[in-house]
Amino acid sequence: MREGPLFKSLGRNGQIALALFSFLALVLVPLLRLLPESAALYPSDYTVTWLGKIMCYMILALALDLVWGLTGILSLGHGAFFALGGYMFGMYLMRSIGHDGVYKSDLPDFMVFLDWKEYPWFWNGTQHFLWALLLVILVPGLLAFVFGFFAFRSRIKGVYFSIITQALTYAAMLLFFRNETGFGGNNGFTDFKRILGFDITSGAMRTTLFMLSAGLLLGSLLGSLWLARSRFGRILTAIRDAESRLQFCGYDTLWYKLSIWTISAVLAGIAGALFVPQVGIINPSEMSAANSIEVAIWVAVGGRGTLIGPLLGAGVVNMGKSWLTANFPNLWLYALGGLFILVTIFLPNGIVGLASTLRKRLGNTGAHK
Amino acid sequence: MRSSFAATAMAFALIIARPTHALTAQDFGSFAQGGPSERAVLLGQWAARGDTGLATFIASLENGEYRSTPEGKLVRTLDGETFTDAATDSVLGAPKPEWEDVVVSNVLRAGVEGAKAALQLSIPDEGERLQAAKDLLEAELDPAILPAIEKAAVKETSPAIKALLDGLVAKLALSADEPEKRIAAARALGESGDASNNLKLLDARINPGEDSSIAETDSVVRLEIAKIAAGLRTKVWFYEMTGHLFTGISLGSILVLVALGLAITYGLLGVINMAHGELVMIGAYTTYLVQGVFRSHFAASESVYILAAIPAAFLVSGLVGVALERLILRHLYGRPLESLLATWGVSLFLIQTVRSLFGPQNVEVASPAWLSGSLVLQSNLVLPWNRLAIIAFAGTVLVLTAIVLTKTRLGLFIRATTQNRAMSRCVGVKTSLVDMMAFGLGSGLAGLAGVALSQVGNVGPDLGQGYIVDSFLVVVVGGVGQLAGSLWAGLGIGMLTKFLEPTVGAVLAKIALLVLIILFIQKRPQGLFALKGRQAD
Repeated sequence: MREGPLFKSLGRNGQIALALFSFLALVLVPLLRLLPESAALYPSDYTVTWLGKIMCYMILALALDLVWGLTGILSLGHGAFFALGGYMFGMYLMRSIGHDGVYKSDLPDFMVFLDWKEYPWFWNGTQHFLWALLLVILVPGLLAFVFGFFAFRSRIKGVYFSIITQALTYAAMLLFFRNETGFGGNNGFTDFKRILGFDITSGAMRTTLFMLSAGLLLGSLLGSLWLARSRFGRILTAIRDAESRLQFCGYDTLWYKLSIWTISAVLAGIAGALFVPQVGIINPSEMSAANSIEVAIWVAVGGRGTLIGPLLGAGVVNMGKSWLTANFPNLWLYALGGLFILVTIFLPNGIVGLASTLRKRLGNTGAHK
Repeated sequence: MRSSFAATAMAFALIIARPTHALTAQDFGSFAQGGPSERAVLLGQWAARGDTGLATFIASLENGEYRSTPEGKLVRTLDGETFTDAATDSVLGAPKPEWEDVVVSNVLRAGVEGAKAALQLSIPDEGERLQAAKDLLEAELDPAILPAIEKAAVKETSPAIKALLDGLVAKLALSADEPEKRIAAARALGESGDASNNLKLLDARINPGEDSSIAETDSVVRLEIAKIAAGLRTKVWFYEMTGHLFTGISLGSILVLVALGLAITYGLLGVINMAHGELVMIGAYTTYLVQGVFRSHFAASESVYILAAIPAAFLVSGLVGVALERLILRHLYGRPLESLLATWGVSLFLIQTVRSLFGPQNVEVASPAWLSGSLVLQSNLVLPWNRLAIIAFAGTVLVLTAIVLTKTRLGLFIRATTQNRAMSRCVGVKTSLVDMMAFGLGSGLAGLAGVALSQVGNVGPDLGQGYIVDSFLVVVVGGVGQLAGSLWAGLGIGMLTKFLEPTVGAVLAKIALLVLIILFIQKRPQGLFALKGRQAD
């Protein structure tokens, strides 16, 4: 596939960027991590984890771009899928704490102090790594499939659909906040100790998770690019631009929308599963409506429909957020609100579009002269 | 209550000037000879005959001034050295060792409290009598007090207090020795008083649980009580359902208020205004500011600040809405998803602005006196005035909005533009002006919702967030730009929530509601009241 038309289609700049990213994330950083900790170039645990976290956000943004940018379906509930993936893997991490919790019990700490006597049925088997991985894919996928089936079948679209997805994540958040549902209540899952027997806080594990995130990011980007260029992807674009006409041409758009919707949810779930071991906690606030809408602005900032843009957007906005909330915490909401307004009005095609818009403008003025 | 009793005792003491002995020597004798429970019964009897000396007697008793002699006399001392015969006031001199202190034991205490409360039932002041009756209902009473309360009930002139006393009599009479009396008492409980409390009393007789001492043993009485309890249960259920209906309508009318403006702007511009909740919040904060102005400048007429807040909130929120339309949405027409994101940005902006201006905590908006308190239809059915006022307010706003939309020129233009923008422009409607006015109207309505919300909930920067998801659902269910749709959807969602909540809990109710709405949309994708006609994008 590397040498195929997909890779060529990226253009020279795209190829260079991709190669550079692969080299940095998969070769250079891991090599630098082998240096002694006192070395000037040694990336600290904090930096590596922080970058890994942002890459998970990038995958989430990519997932949203698949449905919003490509297919024109704006989801304001992707946080729910992200968090569900995180919860599924989080439960595995909870169970691999074993007896090292505060209460030294068979059950995770939260179950002990919430008075659970045994695991509820739906957590059966989550102590097995592979089953947990399967759940990471199945649960968000299934929820998205069922929800999407009913929503698309009744031809809910546009802002209607966005509102319903917002209500979905809101309802999920309420459900996970409850103590008696077995999802950990408002504390969620935390205090993880190990993955597959390896210490989760060790430097090597952090590097591994970082590389996994980078690998997944790269893989999902290439996969998405391939998808977008395929026949399937073209139909998705057609759905975005003129769904009625496509239906008049004899396409049943329901299954196309449902497929990309489910794929996107699964991708979001996987990103969540990678996110949890790196930040060390998952709780229901990840499902708040505000979080999901924030993902949309990452995509918009980067340039929706470009697949590369959302990654840039997620990176830029989150780095800005880290910096602002550390230095000017009061300004963050203003900045975010302003970003929503300015980007939608002045940068409809995002950062990626900015370059081509500028080039066009310059070209036009040149032609007029 | 205790202090008010002390005051009453003082009053009695002043009127009578010195311990009167309306109580006879025989009374004192039997009191001195009796055990604690007999003494309690005696107190009840004296209270029943309205003895004038009882108040001072009880005061002295509680002071520990009495001792009983082996000869069956009651003696009284003020200083612990000089003793007088309680009945005759003749001086007896120094105490003798065989005299016993009259101790107010627990058993006697019940009698004393009952007698004191019964005495209070004859105070001229109606408010204090009512309080006394309420206290009696709460207290664990010795049945000995029954005759006293029966007497008071007969003499009572205020119907409210009389009803309480009748209930009290019935409650005590449930333990009467005669079966007929018990049945009569049960009937009385079935007919009047706090239905759910009475039901509990009756249930305790037939299903006593752990305290089997109060179980009804007579099978005839048992059957009768069970019958009455069944009747009461229906009554209680009916009150409960009426209560849910009321809270449902109350929540529904708030949702209608919030959703009304949303439905107009969405119908007209196809824009989901995510900042709508913040416009509601601004309305609530305007109410707070108007309240502040009244407090500092027109303190005399503070209670009507709410009337001034209504137009003020409409104007402020309306102007913010107009600015929002002019500055931002204007550039995004035809791009509904971007509009949604931009208005979300505006909402973040507004929240943070209010937070920096007023602080992150809630501000205090006091309901004016004429809106606090409740309409008590029945002790199980209490309707708070402010909620009733909101229902009326929502109804008025709805009617006014309907008039604006159907009877005025602006309304005509708004409806025309909603139905067919291009055609409206062709016949000379200035659609861009209409957009602005309609957005202002919708935002002003949000401000009105803010005034209403300030009366029933907390006013803080996050106020709007709490209602926004629900009000979106109202718009989705009701259909676009439809007043009738918003009304029915709002009321329906409000009532469904309130009827589901008690059985399945608030969270599951919300989730069930969401599932129901998604299923509903399967049937009616355009909402309850879809615009008829052919549409294609």
